[in-house]
Amino acid sequence: MSHFTQISVQIQDFDFAYQYKKLRDSNNSDGALVTFVGLVRDMNLQQSVSGLFLEHYPAMTEKVLNEIVETARAKWHLGSVSVIHRVGHLKVSDQIVFVGVTSQHRQSAFHANEFIMDYLKTQAPFWKKETTTQGDKWIEAKVSDMQKSKDWP
Amino acid sequence: MLKILFFGQLKDVIKTEYLEIDIIQNGKQLNTVAKLRSLLQEKGNAWNEYLAYGKALVAVNQELTSDDTVINDADEVAFFPPVTGG
Repeated sequence: MSHFTQISVQIQDFDFAYQYKKLRDSNNSDGALVTFVGLVRDMNLQQSVSGLFLEHYPAMTEKVLNEIVETARAKWHLGSVSVIHRVGHLKVSDQIVFVGVTSQHRQSAFHANEFIMDYLKTQAPFWKKETTTQGDKWIEAKVSDMQKSKDWP
Repeated sequence: MLKILFFGQLKDVIKTEYLEIDIIQNGKQLNTVAKLRSLLQEKGNAWNEYLAYGKALVAVNQELTSDDTVINDADEVAFFPPVTGG
């Protein structure tokens, strides 16, 4: 196999072990593989929250994720990059997002993974709505997230 | 015709996810995002509040952009709140 970029926006869950193996098997020259998984949490949600609904802008989402990965590739020497983001109904503790990056050395892989997540949170057209027994409530964007993507040189 | 899309909370409060409008309005061309935004804000209180500059981001042909962007007939313009994925 050789280095790849994988972008997927999907309703179904992803298998962490399988995604890890795909990245690991993609080459023998990279000494670092950094993964991140985002989960649905019950913190800062009301008690009656049963999960989330994730909406997106289908024509734009994969385009933006590709641009973010290309920007990361221009900044660091990366091997394979995989970004998976789920949409639709999710329950507490479900997996939302997977970002996996390989590189020859760990620093590039750590930095690129964080960079991709920081930009995904402020640029990629996804919106979360809490689903509760009293009704649904849209989640507001955090100023701290907007600041994080601005902090990258 | 301009194709206009709305997402997230904005879509819910204005009860609209898609509309098409003529790029010529009252004999003048809606040639920037700013002019289109102003016109849409006149459609009601919720439109005025939730489409306000700074409250709704804008993408033209699936690219995040700013209000001084020039728009052309058949462009796809999307308005939405700051994103909350990840």
